[in-house]
Amino acid sequence: MSTLPDAETLCARLVAELRPSVGPNTAMIGLHTGGVWLAERLHAALGLIEPLGTMDIAFYRDDYHTQGLARDPKRTQIPFSVEGRDLLLVDDVLYTGRTVRAAMNELFDYGRPATISLVVLADRGGRELPICAQHCGAKVEVSAEMRLRLRRGGDGKLKLELERAE
Amino acid sequence: MQSNPQLNEHGELRHLLSIEGLPRDVLGSILDTAASFVGVTEREVKKVPILRGKSVFNLFFEPSTRTRTTFEIAAKRLSADVINLNVAASSQTKGESLLDTVANLSAMQADVFIVRHASSGAPYLIAQHVKPHEHVINAGDGRHAHPTQGLLDLYTIRHYKRDFSRLCVAIVGDVLHSRVARSLIHGLTTLATPEVRVIGPQTLIPTGVESLGVRVFHDMREGLRGADVVVMLRLQSERMRGALLPSAQEFFKHYGLTAEKLALARPDAIVMHPGPMNRGVEIDSAVADGPHSVILPQVTFGIAVRMAVMSMVAGT
Amino acid sequence: MTILIKNGRVIDPASGRDAIGDISIADGRVCESLPGKPDRVIDAEGLVVAPGLIDLSARLREPGYEYKATLESEMDAAVAGGVTSLACPPDTDPVLDEPGLVDMLRRRAKALSRARVYPVGALTVKLAGERLTEMAELAEAGCVAFSHANAPLSDTQVLWRALQYAATFDFAVWLRAEDYALARGGVAHDGDVATRLGLPGIPAFAETIALATVLELVRATGARVHVCRLSSGAAVHLMREAKAEGLPVSCDVGVHYVHLSEVDLGYFDSHCRLVPPLRSQRDRDALSSGLADGTIDCLCSDHTPVDEDQKQLPFAEAEPGATGLELLLPLTLKWGAQRKLPLVETLARITSRPARILGVQSGRLAHGAPADIVIFDPHAPFAVHAGSLRSQGKNTPFLGYELEGRVRYTLVAGNLVFELA
Repeated sequence: MSTLPDAETLCARLVAELRPSVGPNTAMIGLHTGGVWLAERLHAALGLIEPLGTMDIAFYRDDYHTQGLARDPKRTQIPFSVEGRDLLLVDDVLYTGRTVRAAMNELFDYGRPATISLVVLADRGGRELPICAQHCGAKVEVSAEMRLRLRRGGDGKLKLELERAE
Repeated sequence: MQSNPQLNEHGELRHLLSIEGLPRDVLGSILDTAASFVGVTEREVKKVPILRGKSVFNLFFEPSTRTRTTFEIAAKRLSADVINLNVAASSQTKGESLLDTVANLSAMQADVFIVRHASSGAPYLIAQHVKPHEHVINAGDGRHAHPTQGLLDLYTIRHYKRDFSRLCVAIVGDVLHSRVARSLIHGLTTLATPEVRVIGPQTLIPTGVESLGVRVFHDMREGLRGADVVVMLRLQSERMRGALLPSAQEFFKHYGLTAEKLALARPDAIVMHPGPMNRGVEIDSAVADGPHSVILPQVTFGIAVRMAVMSMVAGT
Repeated sequence: MTILIKNGRVIDPASGRDAIGDISIADGRVCESLPGKPDRVIDAEGLVVAPGLIDLSARLREPGYEYKATLESEMDAAVAGGVTSLACPPDTDPVLDEPGLVDMLRRRAKALSRARVYPVGALTVKLAGERLTEMAELAEAGCVAFSHANAPLSDTQVLWRALQYAATFDFAVWLRAEDYALARGGVAHDGDVATRLGLPGIPAFAETIALATVLELVRATGARVHVCRLSSGAAVHLMREAKAEGLPVSCDVGVHYVHLSEVDLGYFDSHCRLVPPLRSQRDRDALSSGLADGTIDCLCSDHTPVDEDQKQLPFAEAEPGATGLELLLPLTLKWGAQRKLPLVETLARITSRPARILGVQSGRLAHGAPADIVIFDPHAPFAVHAGSLRSQGKNTPFLGYELEGRVRYTLVAGNLVFELA
């Protein structure tokens, strides 16, 4: 089994990669839950002016009819105007692309951004929709029966982990 | 005896018929989900696509514009199609039975039935006869339950007071006829509220109400002492005719909420009312419009709570 | 036709007999021995041979309610349940307040040749509680007693006069004690369950207030009164005192009430919508004890067939009543077993004691008694469902239950009127 890349290293790499594209019109939104942890780190490191937005896609998922409502949906809070923004949409792991599709649908109910760039810590392939990340920490091979997750330790340190999918 | 008809075999909410019998974690889940929906109601585009393609039938055998409207708004904000059936006027008077009415609507591809009926237990009867993919939400049955009202009352209390485990809640007025009171009492006891009181004259307090986990007070001043939350119930004019009360004036004098009586409650107490209010009968205008009153926010929370219930129930 | 019932466990509560033995039948009566070979032999090995059951209240729904049930179906149900004599209340349509109607009912029943039907006449015209009926005429036409069924009799003056009149002729009056005004609008026992379910309640004192009134009028008039369908422990207490005082009173309890209570309403089960209402568990226990110690004389089914449409309604709107003729035996056996009573004691409550109240010769197995006999297997399972009930009323709280006690043969006047296939 190949070892997973170090999340902290990937995070630093993303910061360096993003810095040139950050401007006064840039704003960031993290997707619950792992995406929010990552976004908090990136947001702080990049010193963005607008406060961080957080999003829960529970009400926009495409699997409601089979799975029902997700447990414990969190509140989506976007404390800035989306209209005309250059948005950085942040998630921990990119897989099928359905989460990002739902996030974009929800985003457009808040307004019409100028651009959306997808920032992910890890891309595990397996796309089911035509979605790609503009900024990606690393590509990671994961077998189908496993799930790739971001964890945050008590000390705030980020770590990638594998666990069996249910 | 039947098992809890509200939950499916996985313990998920299939129907919402009463707060009684809802496990504590399901109750908490509904309130948390409602919190997420409050965010939706506050933004520009107030819709989410979750119930797109689903049909919600408002089946009101007892007329009500307020409750029906909030359910309609909630359903539309979930992108559902809403059909309003004022059944009170049509098929019932033609003598069609309750179950026949439901069966006919079921044939029209309904997903969710929102039912209000004058007879306690009517939604249970309906829930026993709907198809597996159909869901029933009780919008009020006789004196028995009004679970979405109870939930929005709990949500309101949680919003202002956070922690149920330290609260004293006083419910004042016609408890005997109140489905709102029964639902709220079940919710409060499930959430381990240490002190729940009912206050009213003996004629308006039902027999054995202590078995629901409440303390009975006939003296309103005593009952309000130290209360964190005061819930005023609506008094209907029929009660004056039914040998239960002599007059609205005498009722107001002893059981109406005035600033002077409210002063006996805690200084940061909140005042709630399920509406519509009878000013000068159960509550003084000054209090209804005053700083302790959270009666208007209750209405906003009501839409979010109903959105939460509909989306949880329709997804099982 | 002569019949020999062989090797059964013969139980005759009237004499206290409980032993293995034979019963011979000739000319429609029990006899000590037969002259020659019997025309038919019934092997009753392993079965109980007892007097046919006597049910003090069974609604046959005729005349007037034929869409709910008919004499045919309900008489089939009666004998399938081992009931060989039954009294039917006067709340038919039209009410049994005319000798002609009583006569017609008796003829119809007799022509069917199944159980014996004893009509109970109306105490007031149309059961309206205002004018007295021609009780003497009705008695001549065959009424064994006079009652007010479940209709309100709120004018105490009328009640007093009715009891005086009945006492004049020594007619028995059967009354269910309930204060109409206190019961008005109520559908369940006024207690914890009704409060929780939001159902209008009937307090227990609606029964005791009315019962106290009746007992006072018995003291004043000397009328023989049988109190029907006790529902509360407090009423049992009043009856105990009345009997100790020596008043000419008796009483019964419906077989559902020694088993069920308000708790059984569950999630608004309209099969538990009954009149009087099922009360608290303490009331149920007091009724059970009262029946065991003899304060309550007997059990009856209070058989009331209701079609499913009238039960598939919200609780308060559903029509009250439960089917019971076919459940009287198994439910009585269940009660007796719970109280650890000997079978002969248990069976007295549905044979010899109701016979005494009805004033009939059946209900015992002595030489010369009418050959009204039930032969049953006390341990055979009886699964209660729509298909296993012959009554048109499938409405029972015991739907889906498995009870114990199945009738194998029923004889009325020496004729085999029921045989289990």
